[in-house]
Amino acid sequence: MTINGRAHIVGAYEHPTRKAPDKSVAQLHAESAAGALADAGLTKDDVDGYFCAGDAPGLGPLAMADYMNLRLRHLDSTDIGGASYIAHVAHAAQAIAMGRCNVALITLAGRPRSAGHSGTAARPVIADAPDSPWETPFGPTTVNLYAMCARRHMHEFGTTPEQLAWIKVAASHHAQHNPHAMLRDVVSVEDVLASPMVADPLHRLDCCVVSDGGGALVVARPEIARSLKRPLVRVMGAGEAQKGQLGGEVDLTYSAARISGPAAFAEAGVAPADIQYASIYDSFTITVLMQLEDLGFCEKGQGGRFVADGNLIAGTGRLPFNTDGGGLCNNHPANRGGITKVIEAVRQLRGEAHPAVQVRDCALAVATGIGGLLGSRHGAATLVLGRE
Amino acid sequence: MTQVPPNPIPSTRIPLRDGDWPDPPASPETAPFVEAAREGRFLLRRCRACGKAHWYPRSLCPFCFGETAWEEASGDGTIYSCTVLAREEPPRTIAYVTLAEGPTMMTSVVDCDARDLAVGRPVRLVFARSRNGTPVPCFRPAGTDAPPGTGPAS
Repeated sequence: MTINGRAHIVGAYEHPTRKAPDKSVAQLHAESAAGALADAGLTKDDVDGYFCAGDAPGLGPLAMADYMNLRLRHLDSTDIGGASYIAHVAHAAQAIAMGRCNVALITLAGRPRSAGHSGTAARPVIADAPDSPWETPFGPTTVNLYAMCARRHMHEFGTTPEQLAWIKVAASHHAQHNPHAMLRDVVSVEDVLASPMVADPLHRLDCCVVSDGGGALVVARPEIARSLKRPLVRVMGAGEAQKGQLGGEVDLTYSAARISGPAAFAEAGVAPADIQYASIYDSFTITVLMQLEDLGFCEKGQGGRFVADGNLIAGTGRLPFNTDGGGLCNNHPANRGGITKVIEAVRQLRGEAHPAVQVRDCALAVATGIGGLLGSRHGAATLVLGRE
Repeated sequence: MTQVPPNPIPSTRIPLRDGDWPDPPASPETAPFVEAAREGRFLLRRCRACGKAHWYPRSLCPFCFGETAWEEASGDGTIYSCTVLAREEPPRTIAYVTLAEGPTMMTSVVDCDARDLAVGRPVRLVFARSRNGTPVPCFRPAGTDAPPGTGPAS
């Protein structure tokens, strides 16, 4: 059994706000949902499946479902951090294939910028998490755990800060065309290296932005998708996986995308070389480099060479990535970048990306993400999408 | 392995921070570790079925679900990876250290200069105390603390 061809993404919406001190998180979820349903040409009364993760206020999906007054017969609040929403698309396709729902709504929203929550702050202690007694004193924040991955990658493979910087440079080239992007200035490798060191070897410009905002997706069965007026974006393949410290056999050189990526490509019946556009979760530059290797766009250890010299820039590079500017330049709502990865992939497949970054005849795209903490415990989800 | 690029971190003193670490939450599974650590002994757990040591310590072996038991560890290790939070005051590090017994653990390298930190560097256990006095297992570069003959030269 496969989800290939069993569901389509019919609606996608990225909330335009980047700072929303006067809006509630629930409001941002609902506004995003309304945007995605309008994009699809559906109403909230068509929704019978709802998916959200830990950014949704209240208990699991219950509070937001009630706020939006939905009548559901399928609910899923799988939380693998920022990658959740990529997994949700696959879960929605599975539910649709099984007849559990017809129209699935996925929402994300948050306002960490207004609330002053970033990846450099200590994370709240979850006292009964089994790792807490062993790790809490050391303050494993987001940025320093990703920094340790970058440090080890440099040690094992000779990856350089300049190569990591090229990932930010490519994102900035794309963000200049996005009027909503937080950082629209094109930056150079030198600019990245000259920005303050946050956790060596990661500089400030190796890190994603902190933004308020949200996004939503609507997934529907093929018959419904064909009745709508939007270009058809088919869910072709998906994979998900997790990785932790492996009982102490810690290996920071690869991510769980090593499992989720090949699984998604296999289900879709395509290879990395076939992909015309890639949305790659970019919490940090190292996150992108790691996933490029793990998905098989290059050999393990060759990611630095792969991204150098503008190879990720639309129009000139071999693999255009994150043409909205990504988390590195555009936005990273709720400190979770998964849904915006799917949204830009949908734009590319519909031919609705900014003309300056639109991939010509884009028919095959991948959206992949890492959620949680790459250096300790993380989840990965990968989605292959195609234009019909 | 290829040559490590030079560490761009300037000379920065990383203190021991004794008595100033955030408190680790207490747990029935960690109590014997804390008790031994108060006596200066560093424990880890090894599986009675498959014989492998693991980290962090668990009642059931993460490799085979066999029963595990505490044993005293050497306290010797090498830096697997490390980063300096130079903007914090006082500056601190977070690290993964691979123990001589095999497992790699999250920790902090302390009582050193940031420029002395490198992947592969030998380190030796030192307990620093949290704010409520709980021992926190940290490491310092080997050879900088121990009496002659008890630690590897660095």
